[in-house]
Amino acid sequence: MADRAPAPDTPELRERWGKFAWTAENAQRAKEIVARYPEGRQRSAVMPLLDLAQRQVGAETNTQGWLPLPVMEFVAQELDMPVIRVLEVATFYTMYNIAPVGRFHVQVCGTTPCMLRGSDAILDACYKRGMKKGHTTDDGLWTLTEVECMGNCASAPMVQINDGNYEDLTPERLDKVLDALERGETPKEGTQDPERHTVEPVGGPTTLKEMVTDNHDYRGEW
Amino acid sequence: MPKVTVDGQEIEVPDGATVLQACELAGKEIPRFCYHERLSIAGNCRMCLVEVKPGPPKPQASCALPATEGQEIRTDSLMVKTAREGVMEFLLINHPLDCPICDQGGECDLQDQSVAYGRGATRYHENKRAVTEKYMGPLIKTVMTRCIHCTRCVRFSEEIAGVDEIGALYRGEQMQITTYLEQAAKHELSANVIDLCPVGALTSRPYAFEARPWELKKTLSIDVSDAVGANIRLDSRGREVLRALPRINDDVNEEWLSDKGRYMVDGLTRRRLDKVWIRSKCKLQAASWEDAFKAIAKAKPKGSVAAIAGDLVDCETMFAAKKLVNALGSDLLEGRQTGMRYPAGNLAAVNFNSTFAGIETADAILIVGSMVRWEAPLVNVRLRKAVKRGAKVFVVGPRWETTYPAEFLGDDAGVLHDLPAHVTEALEKAERPAVIVGGAGLAAGALDAALALPVQRDGWNGFNVLHMAASRMGGLMLGYAQEGGIADIAKSAPKVVLALGADEVDWSQFDGSLKVYIGHHGDKGAHAADIILPAAAYSEKDGTYVNTEGRVQFAEKAVFAPGDAREDWTILRALADALGVTVGFDSFAELQAAMIAEVPALGVEGLADVMSLSGGALPKPGKGRASGRIAYPIKDFYLTNPIARASVVMQHCSAELLHGETLAEAAE
Repeated sequence: MADRAPAPDTPELRERWGKFAWTAENAQRAKEIVARYPEGRQRSAVMPLLDLAQRQVGAETNTQGWLPLPVMEFVAQELDMPVIRVLEVATFYTMYNIAPVGRFHVQVCGTTPCMLRGSDAILDACYKRGMKKGHTTDDGLWTLTEVECMGNCASAPMVQINDGNYEDLTPERLDKVLDALERGETPKEGTQDPERHTVEPVGGPTTLKEMVTDNHDYRGEW
Repeated sequence: MPKVTVDGQEIEVPDGATVLQACELAGKEIPRFCYHERLSIAGNCRMCLVEVKPGPPKPQASCALPATEGQEIRTDSLMVKTAREGVMEFLLINHPLDCPICDQGGECDLQDQSVAYGRGATRYHENKRAVTEKYMGPLIKTVMTRCIHCTRCVRFSEEIAGVDEIGALYRGEQMQITTYLEQAAKHELSANVIDLCPVGALTSRPYAFEARPWELKKTLSIDVSDAVGANIRLDSRGREVLRALPRINDDVNEEWLSDKGRYMVDGLTRRRLDKVWIRSKCKLQAASWEDAFKAIAKAKPKGSVAAIAGDLVDCETMFAAKKLVNALGSDLLEGRQTGMRYPAGNLAAVNFNSTFAGIETADAILIVGSMVRWEAPLVNVRLRKAVKRGAKVFVVGPRWETTYPAEFLGDDAGVLHDLPAHVTEALEKAERPAVIVGGAGLAAGALDAALALPVQRDGWNGFNVLHMAASRMGGLMLGYAQEGGIADIAKSAPKVVLALGADEVDWSQFDGSLKVYIGHHGDKGAHAADIILPAAAYSEKDGTYVNTEGRVQFAEKAVFAPGDAREDWTILRALADALGVTVGFDSFAELQAAMIAEVPALGVEGLADVMSLSGGALPKPGKGRASGRIAYPIKDFYLTNPIARASVVMQHCSAELLHGETLAEAAE
């Protein structure tokens, strides 16, 4: 987080992204998004449009995507708003990448529940593979970020890689996921605990046990 | 009108008031950083916490809480005291303890309030956050580690200036205030954020490390950089004016000041005329006052003398010159240096009649040939307010960047005779329509056409002329206007021309005259002069100024003029002796009394009743036709007068902000 800073405004950046414009498909989507907001409030569309732009950049660069300054300027122009307001939004939310990322953006949750369930070991596993917080590996494959709570506390610890969540991790399970990604496969998203289906209690239900098989009436037992 | 109790004292507060305002009405001081009367409410500094019942049993931010019937507010309870101490402690966690080297020291809200409301000592032992400096242009110096994120500067540039360029990036502890890509703040009111900043994060770059506030002598003065007449305070030490700050006057400048008015003061010590000069053999030679007066007498000015007033002179100077010219048997007086010749017989026809405060309430405004943003930045702020209230603005003239939506109707002034239907309809249907004729409009002969527009209503006069020179309205009141403008004076070829700080005149039309320049800066007027008599700038003499609304205001003398320079009226009085005529005054008080006897309106501070001075009505529109392409007279906002042109800061601003030059920063 602390390292977050927009990619510097260089002639190369301008050269590469200065002519950014929507693809035909995204232009249509952008129009739909803007139309969701009432007349005169089109600026509210800044967040979905930034996301769309990030995804388009991602498609062009085969990564999760990021927001070069010229692209933010493009979004500002689309919505007729001052570019500083767009930059404020993009720098506030960590879901917008304001510097280039690698093929896979590994976002490790380090907030309390994940930390208690071993996110430090997950981070160590990432370090072992050569990743460094806030940096992209030299092969352009991995970018590591430590993020705040992703809302998967019941299956902590977790990482989010691009759009997929991988939960119930141990260093070994994480390695398996990352290896699969490296090989170009698509590992199963969600919990990585073979005994778990979603976020049900580990080792079977601990409450309302009678409800598992039939519709038990507890009212007489209160 | 809800009734609330503040510390046991029951008071009635206006509808819509906040708890903070209620406390102030009850005479209680509420500490605050982010709250500012003229900006929107942010509620993010939490310094204004008070205890309010009914409500949650915790302190409430009073700036954002509406006062409601029956509220019991306490500002003196233990809860409030500890809450303030707590907030102050948090604010100081990341605030550096560098007051001894901070320019805000002595006039810092954080300093004052931590003494008044904070704990005695810190309990924080970790490292403080550090933030890199942000470049914000040649006027604003930043030390962003000191920033407490009140966002006043962000709100000012968005709401008042209308130029969104400052923003808050990142979040939480990483939050940083900056401009986009650290570009310079590029508008005419940018330096006001320095006054707004409650800490030393944004300070004045030209004034950096110059002085402490308690060493400065404060003098009440009037800004002469435009015709708005902003109320200012000149802070001086010894013989030098170190800075100009705005004073609060809701009728004129509210709380703001244009960058030019604020920062041209360093020009007061540069390129000054501090000796008498006489031109002989095409070269200026230093001379004595006696020689100069003798040379003027030799030119036999009796019956053939004219006075041309510059843009910065006060009424007293103009009146003294008028008396001298009259005593010499002439009445050739002119102040419109660039050759404009609109009729000035009826003052109301050349006055900003709706007043600045009034134009805020206008609902349809037609601007004719005025680039308001440069000609009167503080009026532009009012226009923006009017637009925010729903006013429509139309502009006749070339495009400029307005800070509000406006429709441009074309460059040619002739469009006034043939306005599009929706414009005429807007003006006719409006309850408070207004027309603003600027200098370029007057030059294009638009006065008659503008007078014919339907902008009069019961109790509302929407006819406005926006001048650019601080001396203009005073000059017109004192008769500094010839029927044919300056061309009339050139035609009568006077033997002697007294140029009272007149720097914008085309002097080639006075080749045969002895040109006596009485002024303070070695600028265009002095270059053309045959005799130079060094005089005082606006900071160096008492004087009366009339702004474009017809508001009479007095400025006081802050410092003495340098070298041999004298106050203008004493020069003119001595010259009268040398020429053997009497002008009827021997002291400044007598001069003022004589002036007030002749033009009583100049003796009363405040808005002059221009209407009754001009016979109670606007003149009937004449047959003059507006025509020709409108050309705004100001080519460079930062260099419009001799003081600004001599100012290093203004030259720097002009080069960097208008001409895009990058100047190497001096190593500090």
